Amino acid sequence: MDDKLLIAKRVAQELKPGTLVNLGIGLPTLVASLVPRDAHIFFQSENGIIGMQSIPEHGLEDDDLTDAGGRPISALPGAATFDSAMSFGLIRGGHLDVTVLGGLQVDAQGHLANWMVPGKMVPGMGGAMDLVTGARRVIVAMTHTAKGEHKIVDECTLPLTSARCVDLVVTELAVLRPTPEGMVLQELAPGVTVDLVQAATGTTLIMPAQVPVMALD
Amino acid sequence: MSKTIRAAEAAARIPDGAVLMIGGFMGVGSPHRLIDELVRQGRKGLTVIANDTARPGVAIGKLISARAVCRVIASHIGTNPETQAQMIAGELQVELVPQGTLAERIRAGGFGLGAVVTATGVGTVVAEGKRTIEIDGKTFLLEMPLRADFALVNARQADHIGNLAYALTARNFNPLIAMAADVVIAEPQEIVPVGVIPPDAVMTPSVVVSHIIAKESVHG
Repeated sequence: MDDKLLIAKRVAQELKPGTLVNLGIGLPTLVASLVPRDAHIFFQSENGIIGMQSIPEHGLEDDDLTDAGGRPISALPGAATFDSAMSFGLIRGGHLDVTVLGGLQVDAQGHLANWMVPGKMVPGMGGAMDLVTGARRVIVAMTHTAKGEHKIVDECTLPLTSARCVDLVVTELAVLRPTPEGMVLQELAPGVTVDLVQAATGTTLIMPAQVPVMALD
Repeated sequence: MSKTIRAAEAAARIPDGAVLMIGGFMGVGSPHRLIDELVRQGRKGLTVIANDTARPGVAIGKLISARAVCRVIASHIGTNPETQAQMIAGELQVELVPQGTLAERIRAGGFGLGAVVTATGVGTVVAEGKRTIEIDGKTFLLEMPLRADFALVNARQADHIGNLAYALTARNFNPLIAMAADVVIAEPQEIVPVGVIPPDAVMTPSVVVSHIIAKESVHG
């Protein structure tokens, strides 16, 4: 299975019926297409909508209906639109059940860095700082390493997104849960060994006696 | 008395060096005709407060490409390489603000509040040089209100006295900036007679709107 599809499928299992979910741009967006329609999950886009559906039918695109990346979306029956203050009131005010974001680094306690690389890339934080600070549950969906470099580390060297720690990290190799004591290896991807995950990780993992394999269809 | 003026006339009232709030999110819900006029009239030294700088050649991206802007306060510039290049070259000053904090700083500026108190940014570089406040054992940042000389607002509908209604995700920062500037210029997609927008559907009341951009007449 393609790495990105595997990550997205595993993240989709974390989303519970009837919840409000915000998906970051890129890899997390794929998650929306994998959630069954009858799950009644409400997807928010921070530019001002609840009830977005990723891709409009051909010919039904509307210049005034887009996601946070400016791409056309469609709105499901029951959708609601609002201004940016309301959108971030939902995010900061504890109304957002889950946010799924990408990551550049996550440390053993769960601090996330995902918005800049000093001297190289300064895109700005957009909504990421509010999302990580305000969502009830924060899931990081990312590749386990970047060009061979560790992304899961003892301590982030890149500027943090929030002082708040994330709840779960899903990669193509494993599901990991940051704790005050360190990063716990919770699940393995099919065909992946504990040793392989540890070698690809820049912090000593806490290994439970049994590490189950991700249950994917 | 109608508030309608032509886009060229409205842009001419905005001097070099003015502080502008501009609506839009990646160009969606931006006042495109006003932006085009500012570029055509060669405005320089502007400060732009907006969510982002879109892409090169799109909406606020046109002002960046025309080097009309010397300072940007935004949450995201990653989609516009020209903004980043001008920033790295030291030609453009950029202040990055978390998106929710940007919305609330503008809201505070327009709603007469002295500050925004938020947990967003605590423990990050955003907190550098800022005051913090402890409330019930939790740390918050004190973020200052923003105001502008002009707000350039995009709306779906305006009536002739300036009541505004917005469309879908084109609403974004528009109703917020319409409260936070000395002069508010609205660029609607259509202008309708007074009474056509039901009172419950008015999102920005006419009293805060200074000018409405008229449709360009096809009869000259």
